[in-house]
Amino acid sequence: MSEAPAGKDSRGWPARAAVESVGRTAHRQGRRVHGQFAYAGGLAALLGTTARWCYRGLCIPGVKFRRQALAAQVVRVGLRAVPIVALVQVFIGVILALQMAPTLQSYGQLERIADVVGIAIVRELGPLITAIVLSGFAGASIAAEIGAMVEAEEIKALRAHALDPLHFLVMPRFVATVLAMVALCVIANAVGVCGGFLTSLLVLDLPAATYIDFTREALQLKDYLTGLGKAGVFGVLISMIACHEGLHVTGGAVGVGRATTATVVKCIVALIGTDALFTAVFYAWGI
Amino acid sequence: MAERDVVITVRDLVKSFRDDAGREVRVLDGVSLDVRRGETLVIMGGSGCGKSTLLNCLIGEYAINSGRILYQTKNMRQPADITTLADAELNEIRKRFGILFQSGALFNSLTLAENVALPLEEHSNVDPAVIEFVVTMKLQQVKMLAHRDKMPAQLSGGQKKRAGLARATALDPEILFYDEPSAGLDPVTSAAIDELMMDLSKKLLVTSVVVTHEMDSAFRIADRMVMLDRGRVLRVGPRQEFEALRDARPEDVSGDADRLINQFLNGYGSGPLTDAEGLSEFEKLIGVT
Repeated sequence: MSEAPAGKDSRGWPARAAVESVGRTAHRQGRRVHGQFAYAGGLAALLGTTARWCYRGLCIPGVKFRRQALAAQVVRVGLRAVPIVALVQVFIGVILALQMAPTLQSYGQLERIADVVGIAIVRELGPLITAIVLSGFAGASIAAEIGAMVEAEEIKALRAHALDPLHFLVMPRFVATVLAMVALCVIANAVGVCGGFLTSLLVLDLPAATYIDFTREALQLKDYLTGLGKAGVFGVLISMIACHEGLHVTGGAVGVGRATTATVVKCIVALIGTDALFTAVFYAWGI
Repeated sequence: MAERDVVITVRDLVKSFRDDAGREVRVLDGVSLDVRRGETLVIMGGSGCGKSTLLNCLIGEYAINSGRILYQTKNMRQPADITTLADAELNEIRKRFGILFQSGALFNSLTLAENVALPLEEHSNVDPAVIEFVVTMKLQQVKMLAHRDKMPAQLSGGQKKRAGLARATALDPEILFYDEPSAGLDPVTSAAIDELMMDLSKKLLVTSVVVTHEMDSAFRIADRMVMLDRGRVLRVGPRQEFEALRDARPEDVSGDADRLINQFLNGYGSGPLTDAEGLSEFEKLIGVT
């Protein structure tokens, strides 16, 4: 590379300044990409170790599965989220029914509203909306709780007492979130379809028997299974992101707040991205 | 000193962190020291000198850059270097020591009794009735039995430290680490915690490693002392040596390191520790050119 003459910096050489600018941008982007890979790697490592603790807890005598902590987390993550999930799903059922009614009516196919509501909720909106609600309801709370424990040196104290925080804290939250997501999804599906059903019955004057028959015809086993499968994967994502954010808190109360926000944002992006991926794969495989 | 009389041997310990700009900051710079069986060793120094980092390295919390940390606890045929151990082996050594953290670090979701019982429940197969008995005994030792069913949030700072001490001694450790045991406490509570620490050391025959910058407390409890500054050991010696340095007039102290220690122990506002001139003298001392 040719040297700039004495007394002139790179600003005096437009081509060199442009190259430097491109180099700096590439370096910045490279660091960002590296950071994202490192984050994904951290999540994968966390998932691997947590899964190993689950296996050891279930299969190796003497290693505790922490059923009591698991039950407490199921209540916290799952049971307490039932009212909010049910409320949101009723609204989703109502919205779907009312949004689709004019179009279907114009085709003379108003009874097909049962198909639309049923398939949309069971395959897509049941698991996705439940997961988004749960990422705010439970994910943020898990991240804040673990983050506060990091700041209060409780995590360090666990390690100092020869206890693995992943066994002690992460495993029960992971299992509880996955179980709760699947269970909440079943409830969300039922409540969402009921929302559509009530709207059709009370607002659109569709006979109850017709709605039920069309729903039965439209929904197949694969629809339930794909929805519940997605719910399980969403549970894995929420618990892993929340625990990872919580365990990596730095900077006191501000750091805990940052982790909570990051958990919700990252969860929503990851959930919708994963859902799109699932949908594409199911479409390609004709499921 | 026979090798078996040394419980922890630290040699040439180096620990660095990266700052926000990605630069390497060396916090511990070749620290070497021994912790002898049954003694109370106080590690002291100003803020940022590396004493908490040293404690974190000693308990296996931080991975180090280079050096060795050897433990020779009872029933060990030969010393184990914790810097090279796998997690499972390190945990076996961790079961032989207890730690009192600066904040107490009690588990906020558990009662006091549950906090003390936790290490016993996790690492022993004893009957719940025995655990209950041990918990009662440990809480009695730290005079916290009346608070056994309280949650940590309901306790004062001093009570949290006492409860933390009960939990730290739950497994009858050979070594007790204390991280700033007097920090944030009033002088009376601080003195009471010191007495408790000395009492436990005598009764349980444990080796104690105390990190503190509270000089009154340090001189009350120490058998030997270590002075750290900028990640280096300035002096290791018996308490009496440090008492002599503390009591000497600044003009009578010779040697840069000792002048620095004299200033620190007396809490003088000016001297080699704080003066701009003194800082460059210190830099000469540690070989900065």
